[in-house]
Amino acid sequence: MSSLVKGGGDEEIVVPVVANARSGSALFLGAAGTRLARGAALLGLVVVAGFFPDFAQSNYLTSIALQIEILMCLALGLNFVVGYAGMLDLGFAAFFAIGSYTTGMLSVHAHWPILATLPPAVAIALIGAVFVGVPTLRLRSDYLAVVTLGFGEIIQMVVNNLNQTGGPEGIYGIPPLHLGGWVLTTTGSYYEIFLFLVVLFVAVSSRIRRSRLGRAWLAIREDEDTAQAMGIKVRRYKLYAYMAGSVFGSITGSLYAPAFIAIAPPSFGFTESLLVVMAVSIGGIGSIWGALLGAGVVIAFPEVFRQFAQARLLVFGIALVLIMVLRPQGIWPENGLGLGRLQQRWRSRGVGGVHR
Amino acid sequence: MAALSVRELSLRFGGVDALSEVSLEIPDRSLFAVIGPNGAGKTSFFNCLTGYYRPTGGAVFFDERDITRLKAADVAALGIRRTFQNVRVFPKLSARENVLAGAHLRASASFFGTLLGTPGHRRGEQALREEADRWLDFVGLADKAAVLAGDLPYGMRKRLEVARALIAHPAVLLLDEPAAGVSSVEREELASVIHRTAAGGVTVVMIEHDVELVMQLAAGVAVLDRGRLLVQGSPEEVRADPRVVEAYLGRRQR
Repeated sequence: MSSLVKGGGDEEIVVPVVANARSGSALFLGAAGTRLARGAALLGLVVVAGFFPDFAQSNYLTSIALQIEILMCLALGLNFVVGYAGMLDLGFAAFFAIGSYTTGMLSVHAHWPILATLPPAVAIALIGAVFVGVPTLRLRSDYLAVVTLGFGEIIQMVVNNLNQTGGPEGIYGIPPLHLGGWVLTTTGSYYEIFLFLVVLFVAVSSRIRRSRLGRAWLAIREDEDTAQAMGIKVRRYKLYAYMAGSVFGSITGSLYAPAFIAIAPPSFGFTESLLVVMAVSIGGIGSIWGALLGAGVVIAFPEVFRQFAQARLLVFGIALVLIMVLRPQGIWPENGLGLGRLQQRWRSRGVGGVHR
Repeated sequence: MAALSVRELSLRFGGVDALSEVSLEIPDRSLFAVIGPNGAGKTSFFNCLTGYYRPTGGAVFFDERDITRLKAADVAALGIRRTFQNVRVFPKLSARENVLAGAHLRASASFFGTLLGTPGHRRGEQALREEADRWLDFVGLADKAAVLAGDLPYGMRKRLEVARALIAHPAVLLLDEPAAGVSSVEREELASVIHRTAAGGVTVVMIEHDVELVMQLAAGVAVLDRGRLLVQGSPEEVRADPRVVEAYLGRRQR
């Protein structure tokens, strides 16, 4: 499917790992209600997820779970752009590439510690976002999609052709991440790092969603002209969304580099960008849980369908089309799974009967 | 003293004069109505006042300040808020979040406050949420705070739009056909909301086809016809003016 779906042998294992565990418990906590119970349930979920490599006892499963986490991080980043601000971005892998390559080059060629490469990676991604965003974010929908697609392709071509980025071979021998006295070398350890990153990104996303910034983005997505009547400066806020996405994308890329030791241009192409868009839209546009679930589905399905051998991507494609036809709002839409909303609808219908 | 002062405002679309040299003084803290037959240029007039259209001639002053060339977001920032003819709430946001979106410029903008959830930031957001609920209560939607705006019936969406504008504490509120398409029950509720808004010291300017509503609420009325200002005066004067009867009332629009 993609370079994100690396590794993994031919075992026929049918478990969409982390994502499933998450969604199951989260369903339950929606009913639990109170804030405290919700927090405790989430904490429990994260702790359980943290022990996953220990009871999975399978490098294959752990590596799939790691790929899911990476796509979750990217999807949460793209969710700012596509989900909140409502702009179609088909070149999101560019920021993933900028993070990975900045970290790869600085750690291999200049011998920087991995963590020290994060600030420059984020800074370069932000510069890229502003550079592309300022002249283009006035464009709407399709046109913006084309420009972002172009940006993604350009970044991939640049890393493919520069000597400093190792050309088509990419960069290899990226040193491991050092955390205090710990040197992280195993897949399991990076699984834990990315678990932390997912939790951090979820926390940041949900805080932003409930703030002035998040409300402004959603207003823009829902109705650009009306958003202006609220005093929202549409172009500036679109740029903020693009920048927020670039921060998440580049941080994810920076930590991806040591996790996979080697990076190469094919990991950062259009397919990657598309995978992220798929994760966001299948999960449910604008929904944090949706982005997580979508990432799980997008990575796990091709693995689950290994039994179909050559046809597995075909089956994957059909499954995606089916999901979008049967549930166009996504698996876990932003306004909940739909049960409460149905009730609300029913009630307001009753009241609304007198209106035309 | 005039809240809004419109001087020889003109708007041309190609060869069509949507507005030609309209001059109007809208008194501060009044309830003012703009009426006229379909296609008279009423909505174009609003769009020129709120930065959605750039007029081709003339000027608009708000508190003696020229706002003719300002963008919509900047006009809103000065305290001029509006609703739209074909109700434009944010359908996938709850009623409360719609109102909060209207408070954009009053909400805490501290990025680190947001990320870290500092006590000051939390208090500010909490206070704003409580105020949003009060405005929902003001328009009679207190029990709909959590309902998605898209799921509300039409008349309620119209009132939600008013609450969304009011939380910004505007000096001027422009209502584009608040009563169009609503039931008679809803119409009374809207009339009450409009009346109480004006009583609260907000200058309200409304475009309205419902002549009875205009006569009931407005202190001053301007009649537009084919892009020109036909008459301006008290409701009684306007009602009695033969030109208005001919251009508007006589044709029995609505």
